[in-house]
Amino acid sequence: MKKLTHGKGFWTAIVVVAILSALIQFLISGGTLNSFYVNTIFYIGINIILATSLHLIMGITGQFSIGHAGFLAVGAYASAIMTMKLDLPFPVAILAGGIAAGVAGLIIGIPSLRLKGDYLAIATLGFGEIVRITFLNIDYIGGASGMQVRHLTTWPWLVACVVLTVVVITNFTNSTHGRACISIRENEIAADAMGINTTYYKVAAFVIGSFFAGIAGALYAHNFYIIQPTNFGFLKSFDILIFVVLGGLGSMSGAVIAAILLTIISTFLQDYSETRMIIYSLVLIIMMLYRPQGLMGTKELTSLFKHRGTGKGGMPNDNKQTIA
Amino acid sequence: MEWIQQLVNGISLGSIYALIALGYTMVYGIVKLINFAHGDVFMVGSFVGFYSITIFHLGFFPALLISMVVCAIFGVLVERIAYKPLRNATRIAALITAIGVSLLIEYTTIYARGAQPEAYPDNLLPFKNVEFFGVKISSQSLFILAISILLMVLLQFIVHKTKIGKAMRAVSHDMDAARLMGINVDNTISATFAIGSALAGAAGVIFGMYYTKIEPLMGIIPGLKAFVAAVLGGIGIIPGAMVGGLVLGVIESLVSASGYSLWRDGAAFVVLILILIFRPSGIFGKNVREKV
Repeated sequence: MKKLTHGKGFWTAIVVVAILSALIQFLISGGTLNSFYVNTIFYIGINIILATSLHLIMGITGQFSIGHAGFLAVGAYASAIMTMKLDLPFPVAILAGGIAAGVAGLIIGIPSLRLKGDYLAIATLGFGEIVRITFLNIDYIGGASGMQVRHLTTWPWLVACVVLTVVVITNFTNSTHGRACISIRENEIAADAMGINTTYYKVAAFVIGSFFAGIAGALYAHNFYIIQPTNFGFLKSFDILIFVVLGGLGSMSGAVIAAILLTIISTFLQDYSETRMIIYSLVLIIMMLYRPQGLMGTKELTSLFKHRGTGKGGMPNDNKQTIA
Repeated sequence: MEWIQQLVNGISLGSIYALIALGYTMVYGIVKLINFAHGDVFMVGSFVGFYSITIFHLGFFPALLISMVVCAIFGVLVERIAYKPLRNATRIAALITAIGVSLLIEYTTIYARGAQPEAYPDNLLPFKNVEFFGVKISSQSLFILAISILLMVLLQFIVHKTKIGKAMRAVSHDMDAARLMGINVDNTISATFAIGSALAGAAGVIFGMYYTKIEPLMGIIPGLKAFVAAVLGGIGIIPGAMVGGLVLGVIESLVSASGYSLWRDGAAFVVLILILIFRPSGIFGKNVREKV
């Protein structure tokens, strides 16, 4: 914790982000950016939160989760119930979305994190499907036809949430707890033997990751006017997964860069959704065949500017993908 | 009586799951890869069957055979192109590739022919209800069951009585030792993919005949459920996949019959999570202690 907040880089980054977001706010309220670009920018923000939250689970702790859209759905529906059914203010809804998803993460994490690798992947996939089917069958939230949601997501809220997510996850990674998580990724048995409570840290990372996915869900729900269970299927989980894999498992800046790039690409390919999926899947296959560690490996963007590259993701010089 | 009818439906559905699950379990047993694309091989099989019936006016059995052969070739191609270079890569890299291959097959199919569903011709087989102690059983259900059992017996024969079956068992037991004994590991793995994919192709044609509606994304849900069936029976174990498929089919039918038909898809995943928590090695599996 201490390193980051005391560093010059931290405050510089905050100031840069503040200036940039003020500029964008100015452009949005001035009407310079048309609604297409505004939507794309909002979508990028939401995807950054999703990518970083999954990065914590997959990249840092090494737990393979392909049901992340389930947590997104929990957050989206919980927050939508808060604003639409209970008439509570938007900040409460964001928090409620995060907490609901975090609780869901805890409930699913405790039993399923006993599993490893492939089995965990399938269990999380099954969980995502169960969430979708459950929402499909509850009439209170509209069932298959979905739920109308007011447009409440504003640029300042979005920036605040993105910054909060990135800062919390970076700090977590650099803390003792984050080191413990990285050691689990590197070798779970060895970590266990060194006295790390592996179950505790795996569940903790899972809950934090799902909490932020829930926050992204709240922003998502209040940005798109309507939410339907079909929005949160396996393909959505796959979209989030590809951010993390393409960016490099273990590199937060990689995940963020991939989220930004792919969101822009997919916005422009919106009218050709089949082509988009073909390109995505080809990129994924070719990536795994020729560069399985992703764009950034486990390196961070900041480590490129340092002499002896002490990246945030741990083991920066070891570019090998070590997730079992 | 209605319950017994549902049970019969469940067994028919379960035998389709079992046929797909066999491919999953064989591939997993030999290369430790969850072949996500397997559900899409099933879809391809269904379409090949459909086109050979509607365009080439073939009967049911020739269509079934053609579909099995095409799927076998297709499965081997997928294995050679996408999975073989990754044989020494991490499990996660292989899993992500499998997801990629699955999406590639689905969306290439949509790109090539559009996403619209097709209706399977339903006049291929004589359709009549057989009365059985007051229970009406459609001849189709019996037929599906008969074909599935025949294919499973054939598979058991191949695995236990032929040379390639012996090689497959050896490779799944210990790949390196098998290679030292002079077994051509690459060909054996390809043969496994071929047999598994052929079974999936057969399941595709049977599925089309039974449910009459096929579409490019139809492979996802049956594929996932077949995987659940494979895990349920103990992944890597061939009789386990058969039993797992049948059990899953019956569970789903019973859930539908109790009036929760909308929850039917959820039931499979609840079963999966329960089995993973309480008995991760499956019904037939043995616990293997992890070595450091």
